[in-house]
Amino acid sequence: MKKFLHLAFAALVVVNLTWLQACASDGDKNKKPATTVADDAGLKLPAGFSAVIVADNLGKARHIVVTQQGDVYAKINARGAGKGIVKLRDTNGDGKADQTSSFGNYGGTGIAIKNGYLYASSDEEVFRYKLDDKGNVINPDQPEKIITGLINRRQHESKSIALDNAGNIYVNIGAYSNSCQERDRAPGSMGRMPCPILDSAGGIWQFKADKLNQTYGDGVRYATGLRNVVGLDWNTQVNQLFVMQHGRDDLHNIFPALFTDQDNAEKPAEVLFALKKGDNGGWPYIYHDPSTNKKMLAPEYGGDGKKEGGKDAIDPVMMFPAHLAPNALLFYTGNMFPARYKNGAFIAFHGSWNRAPLPQEGYYVVFVPFENGKPSGKWEIFANGFAAVENITPRSAVHRPCGLAQGPDGSLYVSDDQKGTIYKISYNK
Amino acid sequence: MKKLSAGLILLVILASFQTAPSKKPAVHKAAAPVVKKAAAPAGTAMDRGKLIYTKRCLVCHQVDGGGVPHLNAPLDGASAVKGKDKAKLIGYVLKGFNDRVEIDGEYYSNNMAPLPDLSDQEIADVLTFVRNSWTNKASAVTAAEVKSVRAKTKK
Repeated sequence: MKKFLHLAFAALVVVNLTWLQACASDGDKNKKPATTVADDAGLKLPAGFSAVIVADNLGKARHIVVTQQGDVYAKINARGAGKGIVKLRDTNGDGKADQTSSFGNYGGTGIAIKNGYLYASSDEEVFRYKLDDKGNVINPDQPEKIITGLINRRQHESKSIALDNAGNIYVNIGAYSNSCQERDRAPGSMGRMPCPILDSAGGIWQFKADKLNQTYGDGVRYATGLRNVVGLDWNTQVNQLFVMQHGRDDLHNIFPALFTDQDNAEKPAEVLFALKKGDNGGWPYIYHDPSTNKKMLAPEYGGDGKKEGGKDAIDPVMMFPAHLAPNALLFYTGNMFPARYKNGAFIAFHGSWNRAPLPQEGYYVVFVPFENGKPSGKWEIFANGFAAVENITPRSAVHRPCGLAQGPDGSLYVSDDQKGTIYKISYNK
Repeated sequence: MKKLSAGLILLVILASFQTAPSKKPAVHKAAAPVVKKAAAPAGTAMDRGKLIYTKRCLVCHQVDGGGVPHLNAPLDGASAVKGKDKAKLIGYVLKGFNDRVEIDGEYYSNNMAPLPDLSDQEIADVLTFVRNSWTNKASAVTAAEVKSVRAKTKK
């Protein structure tokens, strides 16, 4: 059996390589590197790239940020005192952290650096810490509370953050529901109209980056109709917020007469939105079908898999396969990687569960080339091999990519919240 | 797409080689009179339970019973699944689960939908299956036990 599997895999690799080479020879100026190589850190990367493990066993390492000096701050979704943020320093330049310290009495996901402050979020609040001119937190035990009182009703509770260059901070407040049914995830339960969740969640809220103790009344609902956003980034090239939405689950479980297992596994796309103030992404009334690139009326609101919907909803910039769980988005502005990566988007896909009983997908980092703030080519897998098992289940995956950050030298950092590993990916030629 | 279909083939191959738990669950003889047994659907409780599990439970709790870290609670090794309080376990299937509580040292974010459309026998079978799959080994659940809990739930 094992031999057969190995043979099947080898055949698959040969087929893929041949296909990649065929693509590379067709003169496409956006051609991707021809081969992938296994790396010391266990990752498969394009030729010329390599990865080192910066740190391991950090717990649920969610989002990460790197200072101008090259220190890493990782937001740990921990319970228990003093472990909410871990700082990693590499003193001898081998890429591996040799000094580790931690602070912060709260779990959560979001972390960012802007204008001399480190920002970090719990699942209800956002804090900031003043940094000295070497990127060290001055008072780790005395953060300023910037935002408080945000809704956390278990589901989609993480409060991801991004900052613009005009003094604003953007916070995702995920919908505490799958599809705004009268009874969440219950078979046949219809959608509430209008969806009351959208008043306080299911969108991106904008607050001031420097004002203390803000809550809903102080902020602006910047964009609505977004089921849950974990990965978001401010694109400095076009001065615009981009977000990755986690699409809906359970089409087949809730409406078995309308959707098959395969429909559920493949229909409700994960999508990339470029947002302007006042935009509506369409949740819960629609989902996105990646096979037709259309906005479809959700079955909870009368949809049948054929009716389109979302006339008042913006179109996504790009659609990705269903359920891959985009947990981080990063526009690459560095100079280390080859020129085609500049200003393009890296997306960390945490990996699927709702595709079952079909095979799981994701558990990798993808790249989307961009020109002038718009995709200029198809998405491609950039870093793979995180799960390190053949038939992935969410529990058996060894690592799950969750956060992305760019180092001062242009390297790309990836965090994993399954085993708590931080990777640093560099280009060597 | 190429990768997906190759993955699918692999999964099918792997699934076909997966061995179902071979040991039959210990059935309480007193609770299962011969007459009622004859009225039960064909096949073993484990076989019938596996079919229901695959159709109604697997998408969240997964083929390995491992659930999804931080989102959907695991069944494999779970104290509430293999424990003695069968009424509580039956209640989860009938009423769903929406509470933020610690489960074996971890919190889970997603709600579980109630599945009251399953018959007493189907719930008994699927719970017998999850109590005796993966590393779990516990007594079977009977339709009579489900019926009793369902009657109390309605009040």
